[in-house]
Amino acid sequence: MVTVVLHNISSNSLLHWMIQPQLAMHIPDGFLNLPISLVTWVIAIALIALSLNRAQAEYQERAVPLMGVCAAFIFAAQMINFPIPGGTSGHLLGGTLAGVLLGPWAGSLVMAVVFIVQAVVFQDGGITVLGANITNMGLIGTFCGYYLYRTIRQTLGRDSWKGMAVGTAVAAWTSVFIASILCAVQISVSGTVPFAVAMSAMAFWHLLIGIGEALITLVTVSFIWRTRPDMLYDPPRKRRVSDSRSLVQR
Amino acid sequence: MSDNLSPSRNRAFFIAGLGVALLIAVFLSPFASKNPDGLDRVSQDLKFDHKAAEDAPARKLPFAKIFDEYALKGVPKAVATPLAGLAGTLATFGLAWGIGKLVVRGSGSSPTDDQVSPDSEPSDQPLD
Repeated sequence: MVTVVLHNISSNSLLHWMIQPQLAMHIPDGFLNLPISLVTWVIAIALIALSLNRAQAEYQERAVPLMGVCAAFIFAAQMINFPIPGGTSGHLLGGTLAGVLLGPWAGSLVMAVVFIVQAVVFQDGGITVLGANITNMGLIGTFCGYYLYRTIRQTLGRDSWKGMAVGTAVAAWTSVFIASILCAVQISVSGTVPFAVAMSAMAFWHLLIGIGEALITLVTVSFIWRTRPDMLYDPPRKRRVSDSRSLVQR
Repeated sequence: MSDNLSPSRNRAFFIAGLGVALLIAVFLSPFASKNPDGLDRVSQDLKFDHKAAEDAPARKLPFAKIFDEYALKGVPKAVATPLAGLAGTLATFGLAWGIGKLVVRGSGSSPTDDQVSPDSEPSDQPLD
């Protein structure tokens, strides 16, 4: 009975949540136990610290406004849920996009900012579990996503649109999928829900949501590739060495 | 090969990018799907949604007096989400730019490379 009552209350608040744009994988406070929360905080802080260090060492001044714009775009895009068959919705995470545009270091800083603003200002995703959210939805994309994209691109043709496209799409989908698995692991190890059911459920929905991520990321990156390829973190190399103003042929 | 991509061209790109983000946040956000998303759906189906803390720390912050999740309080419902989107997008932009400004070294110090990454062999990134 207590459970039913609690469920009614939480259904009311869920109903309340449902009239807002929701976020795909933002873990609320209460879903993770203390050890898991701490571990994910440590991971997030370590990678952010590393990213701060590398960003300082490697980047040029032009990256600064690009970080602002990338963060703004990802924040905005995360508000736009697209429906998934089955009565669920998904939305862009953006980690791979940030990684492709800015590389893993500045990209990770961008993602961290997005999730911090969401959690602190808009109560989206718990603050105590912010480390997990940053890790799952940000750092997986900016690290795993970026390196997977780069590997595929090098394999298929670093300077070709096809290499970029396949790399971007596969990396984007994979990063969402991995993130959902990680999330399932974290909530099940925390004792919130048994692993097998959590995993299969999360994997199922995010197989689909990942397709949306791949599409949106690809469209965005492809547009930049065609208009301002120099804005990418690993720009395609120009065919003509001399003329630096020319845009790259695909 | 350095500064021939003019600053004004870059600025146009950044303004356009921010503009697109703002358009999305303000005008598209009311049309976002209201279905529960991935984790929400799973937590409802598997019945652990009640474990989310009712008294989340974020609700005790001053921002919670202004925003009820992605809705600005005290304004008509139709504009609550767009205004929250506007505020959030600008805040995120500013914070990310600010951190970039603090972290990224130098104002145009190196004249040789206009790109954000060292344009070297793809395989030797420094910290692999």
